[in-house]
Amino acid sequence: MQDFLDFKAISKGYPGVQALADVSFSVKKGAVHGLMGENGAGKSTLIRVLSGDQSADTGEIRIDGHLQHYRSVRDAFEAGVIVIHQELQLVPELTVAENLWLGRFPGKAGVIDRTRLVGVVKEKLADIGIDIDPTVKVAALSIGERQMVEIAKAVMADARVIALDEPTSSLSSRESEILFTLIDRLRAQGKVILYVSHRLDEIFRLCDSLTVLRDGKLAAHHPEIAKVTRDQIIAEMVGREISNIWGFRPRERGAIRLEVKDLSGRKLRTPISFNVRQGEILGFFGLIGAGRSEMARLVYGADSRAQGTVTVDGATVTPDSPPQSIRSGIVLCPEDRKFDGIVQGRNIEENMAISSRRHFSPFGLLQPKKEAELAERFIAKLRVRTPSRKQDIINLSGGNQQKVILGRWLSEQGVKVLIIDEPTRGIDVGAKSEIYEILYELAGQGMAIIVISSELPEVMGITDRIMVMCEGRVAADIERADFDERRILAAALPDVSNASELPNQQVQSR
Amino acid sequence: MTSLKKLLLGEQGLVVIFAVAFAIVALTVPNFLTERNMLGLLQSVVTIGIVACTMMFCLASRDFDLSVGSTVAFSGMVAVMASNASGSILIGLIAALICGGGVGLVNGVVIARFRINALITTLATMQIVRGLALIASDGRAVGINDPGFYQLALSKFLGIPTPIWVMIAFFIVFGFILNRTVFGKNTLAIGGNPEASRLAGVNVSNMRVWIFALQGLVCAVAGVLLASRITSGQPNAATGLELSVISACVLGGVSLAGGRAAMTGVIVGVLIMGIAENVMNLLNIQAFYQYVVRGLILLLAVLLDNLRSAAAGRRT
Ligand SMILES: Nc1ncnc2c1ncn2[C@@H]1O[C@H](COP(=O)(O)OP(=O)(O)OP(=O)(O)O)[C@@H](O)[C@H]1O
Ligand SMILES: [Mg+2]
Repeated sequence: MQDFLDFKAISKGYPGVQALADVSFSVKKGAVHGLMGENGAGKSTLIRVLSGDQSADTGEIRIDGHLQHYRSVRDAFEAGVIVIHQELQLVPELTVAENLWLGRFPGKAGVIDRTRLVGVVKEKLADIGIDIDPTVKVAALSIGERQMVEIAKAVMADARVIALDEPTSSLSSRESEILFTLIDRLRAQGKVILYVSHRLDEIFRLCDSLTVLRDGKLAAHHPEIAKVTRDQIIAEMVGREISNIWGFRPRERGAIRLEVKDLSGRKLRTPISFNVRQGEILGFFGLIGAGRSEMARLVYGADSRAQGTVTVDGATVTPDSPPQSIRSGIVLCPEDRKFDGIVQGRNIEENMAISSRRHFSPFGLLQPKKEAELAERFIAKLRVRTPSRKQDIINLSGGNQQKVILGRWLSEQGVKVLIIDEPTRGIDVGAKSEIYEILYELAGQGMAIIVISSELPEVMGITDRIMVMCEGRVAADIERADFDERRILAAALPDVSNASELPNQQVQSR
Repeated sequence: MTSLKKLLLGEQGLVVIFAVAFAIVALTVPNFLTERNMLGLLQSVVTIGIVACTMMFCLASRDFDLSVGSTVAFSGMVAVMASNASGSILIGLIAALICGGGVGLVNGVVIARFRINALITTLATMQIVRGLALIASDGRAVGINDPGFYQLALSKFLGIPTPIWVMIAFFIVFGFILNRTVFGKNTLAIGGNPEASRLAGVNVSNMRVWIFALQGLVCAVAGVLLASRITSGQPNAATGLELSVISACVLGGVSLAGGRAAMTGVIVGVLIMGIAENVMNLLNIQAFYQYVVRGLILLLAVLLDNLRSAAAGRRT
């Protein structure tokens, strides 16, 4: 097989950052090519250049031997290149079929040919094995299903090159598996697929070849993935060896810090009760939609409670609102960084200090020096890749934005209970282990920590205890000594037949 | 070409445009660059300038206030009537501040607590408050009895009328609040992403109530100064003020989408509005045309805002 997609000496700079420097590699037809690297290494930038969204400063892209000259996404689209970004680009109020035809509806004189509209889509979806009704509105689909629709869009457009930027970061493992089957099928059809991910498992499961970027430069190119090892890739990415990314250390667990009793709200109807001890890291595992984030938001007071109480060190937290919770020592690092986390248009420093600055701002007067110092400390600690702390957060790469949001909460003082929802989504391996280290350190100081994660290895790797949630209820509560992958997964699955066998009697008998 | 574009759309672009416009006008329009005209110009933008200070906060937090014109007229009216009735200017002043602040508070509570759209809410209060001003005065202007009241506007310090000093003081104070206090940063944060700010522990609804209440108070100050300058409480004073103020802010780089604001920009925006009007007066352009020009300036301002954010190349 010949090289189909060629990058030659691609460079791209932003003010203060060389996002890509002289990157060259090529991908064969019918191959899934992985793209890995630390946060800010330039992966998304490379994909943006490929999709015509940004133009490279220098360098050439060739598809099937032909030099590409496109200047816009539209041009790239016409050349057969389609990118599926992490933030999906569908119109929620239109149906699946309408979304797939958007921009070129079939029909005459402006009147849409309904039968073709649905018929063709049905065929195409069946063709690639996607089981979604083309007449439902996109708003009614899960994130995983929407991703399928995005891919179907690429297939409908007869794309030759499809690039996916961290497609699985908000998918459940089951949805991811469906996505992988779909990608396998596209590979068999001879498409070229560029696949960006921070998850090594996926890379090994899917990819034929791999490129590792570091600081915008090509760190390694592996035409055959079978010839590399995980450790080798990690070393190429972060420039050092990481033997054990979890690095779990057992800790003393003290008295009960957080006590949640019969808490329920509009989106979490079944009352939920649990507690977390000093120095304990409690994991919440479950499928997407199991109610973990809703639980967290209720505890934090982000959503209003229907009933229930939250106590910290024996003192009841009232009224339930984020400022009150923060004052009582509960903080929440939210799941959706784009909508609930970053403050667009403001710089890193401001985004980090937004909450904790009240501790060092007498009479509401800012202390620029202290804010700068705080920002510099966490930029270094979390290894945020940025030219300066004054950089607008919107200009950071996805993972670096996440780090800044984490910094916001890790820098908060007087925290007794730290709840983090999907802490390492989109974060590279190196930074992940740093973050776990920080969590252990904080737990060691007596903080009670709740980690919500959809990544089973992560929950199993770093927590003392796991509560498994399923369809808005606690389905299991398992101590570290009894961690067992199969048992946890079984509890997470909303299967009625095995629900009765699971150790959730304590919940049902209430 | 591109460097010119960069200059015009960059951080200091507005200042450049202003300097150029000022130079052209100073050279071509007779009597423009005289001390008397300059003071007159500044006098004429006092109301806009003062109200723009808090409108900046309103816009920066992604809100909107259409009721400022009515509030200025109403509180000016109240000041005159209360001081006439009581014989004390101080009581008039306090009454005006209470009424202005009250209108702002109502706006804020309705918008932040009951979650009603700011556009609709302030459109409603704009009419209600104007109505109140007309009812209170029976639709007529109310003359000031105490000559001491005129002195507010007439008195001078270092040869510059007091209202101009007041405006300058407001610029400094609100510039400080925006850049150097938690309040200012939180305002910008709310505008950037209200939900993220709320989850970060910013008391968003309190902040919004405060911003509107402040806006009302500041309108009252502007109203009192205006009444003093026109020597009466006029129920029809300051009509269309909301548009001039918002234009000035947008012209000054305050983003209507929230999260972006700078005091220097707003000052320049205010001055541009003032210069446009002043020049039209000096050139004896009919008042009717002035509406057209004001509208055009607003359009230009929004267009510039758009170009500017496009040039900033914000990733979505
Ligand atoms: N519009 C922009 N302005 C300034 N800098 C930018 C801009 N876009 C990207 N960068 C910088 O370019 C570098 C590469 O970013 P890119 O988004 O490609 O990283 P990435 O490899 O996708 O990282 P992640 O794994 O976090 O998604 C980063 O340092 C980022 O801050
Ligand atoms: Mg990226």
